Amino acid sequence: MRIPCPHCGPRGHDEFAYYGDANVVRPDPSRPDAERAFCDYVYLRDNPAGVHLELWYHAQGCQTWLVVERDTRTHAVGRVVEARSAPAVEAPGR
Amino acid sequence: MRYSIFSLLRHAVTGNRDWAPAWRDAPPRAGYDVVIVGGGGHGLAAAYYLAKIHGITNVAVVEKGWIGSGNVGRNTTIIRSNYLLPGNIPFYEWSLKLWEGLEQDINYNAMVSQRGTLNLFHTDAQRDTFVRRGNAMRLHGVDAELLDLAALRHLVPFLDFDNARFPIRGGMLQRRGGTVRHDAVAWGYARAASRLGVDIIQNCEVTGIRVERGRAVGVDTSRGYIGAGRIGLACAGNSSRVAAMAGLRLPIESHVLQAFVSEGLKPVIPCVITFGAGHFYVSQSDKGGLVFGGDIDGYNSYAQRGNLPTVEDVCEGGMALMPFLGRVRLLRSWGGIMDMSMDGSPIIDRTPVDGLYLNAGWCYGGFKATPASGWCFAHLLAKDESHPVGTAYRLDRFAAGRVVDEKGQGPHPNRH
Repeated sequence: MRIPCPHCGPRGHDEFAYYGDANVVRPDPSRPDAERAFCDYVYLRDNPAGVHLELWYHAQGCQTWLVVERDTRTHAVGRVVEARSAPAVEAPGR
Repeated sequence: MRYSIFSLLRHAVTGNRDWAPAWRDAPPRAGYDVVIVGGGGHGLAAAYYLAKIHGITNVAVVEKGWIGSGNVGRNTTIIRSNYLLPGNIPFYEWSLKLWEGLEQDINYNAMVSQRGTLNLFHTDAQRDTFVRRGNAMRLHGVDAELLDLAALRHLVPFLDFDNARFPIRGGMLQRRGGTVRHDAVAWGYARAASRLGVDIIQNCEVTGIRVERGRAVGVDTSRGYIGAGRIGLACAGNSSRVAAMAGLRLPIESHVLQAFVSEGLKPVIPCVITFGAGHFYVSQSDKGGLVFGGDIDGYNSYAQRGNLPTVEDVCEGGMALMPFLGRVRLLRSWGGIMDMSMDGSPIIDRTPVDGLYLNAGWCYGGFKATPASGWCFAHLLAKDESHPVGTAYRLDRFAAGRVVDEKGQGPHPNRH
């Protein structure tokens, strides 16, 4: 499995560290239901069989956090963008 | 028909022509008292204990493929109860006790072999952690022995004791640990459950869970609707997908774990051996193949196959431990999908949906747990309360701060 890093080009996935689902968003701690929201944020995942947006850190390359679109059924990697510019991580929380 | 030396002889003299199938391949009926989703080891064991211990025989096990096609036939067959935490030890020890009496109980040769499970350590600090673990086990009445180098050299002389980076200092041995023929566990439980009246329905994939007024009442399947008094999910690997049919999100990620088997060799490895400086575990099957594995690949996957960096990592661990592995040819490798939970421990509990019960999150320790998992899940399905040895495995423990994190890795499923 190769991940096309926007800075370094396609690299083997063992150069990267995996951090999981890129859709979870840290809730606002001043929310009235913050306790429950934080529990969901820390522990609950959609875990889809199919397209998954996920965070990878190019630890042995450019040291950039990336959002990778990958199919969990086939390991086919789609769009890769820098996490800082990824709209997906800005999506509203649940 | 009960298997015995007499049945064997009778079939031998009649040319082995009239063996009956071991279990009934049942068509689905309109409804059951209990429907268990997932015909793996855990689901079949739960169905068997429901019928045997609790007298509930109007039970169906629905399986999307065939019995034994999932993780029960993909693991590295190891059984042990060398855990540390008080929430884990009684459960896994109960499982080991059930393994010890399993073959007589279900009248099926599962080739339970208590050849011992040996955990090696490579530093003084690691020895201390194993001393602590062994003491915790012995306080719970579980066997554990600390082996020094002389004892180790006698037991497993082929190890690379003086490896420059990972010298071996000793090991912790659980003599009652060992291996079990994993397919036979599925077949044996299926046969025993079927004999008590349980319907085993293969090629029957659940496509939906019907919930009416907050209560689960049945499952839609590829072979039609099946009503259920209670529904038990025992489909680890795919728990998130199935639970989502009832609107639930779980503290689980699915990950791929690879396993490997070599060509057959003469007997060389006398017990289960685990490497302490990396992640590598190996035993030798009765056919002679070395069965081994290591870490999960570490990213979400439903693919049932992994990637080469993990293969390299596992084989490096093996080579550091026993260099003769370099001359052994690998025969096959494969992958299975694990429910990696957020604290590395399983879930056997009710769900927020009435009538829907969950058995999930086995990470990559599910095989050894098969009998106790079935036992506790049957107890839960029959009595609507947790079994005493499984009380730690609650679904609400994450919100309540009572996680059971054996490795102390925090909420990162790929690190457990």
